[in-house]
Amino acid sequence: MSAAEATAATREGCALVTGASRGIGAAIAGALAADGWPVAVNFRAGQDAAEEVVAQIHAGGGRALAVGADVTSQVQLDALFERVEGELGRVLVLVNNAGVRADDLALSLTDEDWGRVLDTNLTGAFRTTRRALRGMIRERFGRVINVASVVGPRANAGQANYAAAKAGLIGMTKTIAVEVARRGVTVNAIAPGLIDTDMTGDLDGELLSAVPARRAGTPADVAACASFLASEQAGYVTGSTLYVDGGLAA
Amino acid sequence: MSTTITEDQIESLVVESLQTFGANPEDITREATFEALDIDSLDLAELSQIVHEQYGVELKGSDVAEVKTVDDAIKLIAERL
Repeated sequence: MSAAEATAATREGCALVTGASRGIGAAIAGALAADGWPVAVNFRAGQDAAEEVVAQIHAGGGRALAVGADVTSQVQLDALFERVEGELGRVLVLVNNAGVRADDLALSLTDEDWGRVLDTNLTGAFRTTRRALRGMIRERFGRVINVASVVGPRANAGQANYAAAKAGLIGMTKTIAVEVARRGVTVNAIAPGLIDTDMTGDLDGELLSAVPARRAGTPADVAACASFLASEQAGYVTGSTLYVDGGLAA
Repeated sequence: MSTTITEDQIESLVVESLQTFGANPEDITREATFEALDIDSLDLAELSQIVHEQYGVELKGSDVAEVKTVDDAIKLIAERL
């Protein structure tokens, strides 16, 4: 039994991964399920893909549930928590992964595209965290993992909105971490670099040449870090940002 | 709901919660201050959550910020029921 499996086996609760129908979110959902956590696989639009993630977890002997909700809607999030808590138990591991991109140079970036990215990538993570902390505080155990990005700490032309949201996520991570530390709840960020997913398909050329490892990362590279941060053994790691970027931000 | 909850019941809930938060049971009196009991803002936020779960009343952060003693907390909860 791995360390992470030991955690999951001794806790009565589940993991919730937002934006888990594909890419990094799907990989994290799979890794946490392999660690023994029942996993709520959240999706906004990709129900079929989310059901496929659930089917794969079931095939591997794990427990999972696909549950739709847009993280920009408090009403939908409340309904999600009610269903997940009813079917899988308290959310003890929350992975805020749901994110969108709407790239443009700042000169022509619209308010709408600015707002949409901030509302999903930053405020959505806050709303979901605020709701999940209730159960974690009472349980005296919790793991919040925010999927940030090297974009934020590092510049990337055309992504002022995305960079602001992800840098904000790292700031939020630190402050919430100190607020809840003495309740056994840790809050950390993971900052992936260039990861090979649908969302980054158009990015590789220029960025790839800047990656010291000279390759794009995989969703599994990120999932392994989430698995560690969710484990009992990571209980003294809080407020930190773990870069998974082949050295890009170093 | 409000007619069935007595101040004694509220006191029991508050005292039990404070003990869970680590306050020394012998020090918990109506007059004791949260500062003396080493009860901080996170504890009070959790107490608000417990009150919400038990009685369905919402205590605002600004209300709770005014609360200094165990007695203040019990009276605030009783007022909102």
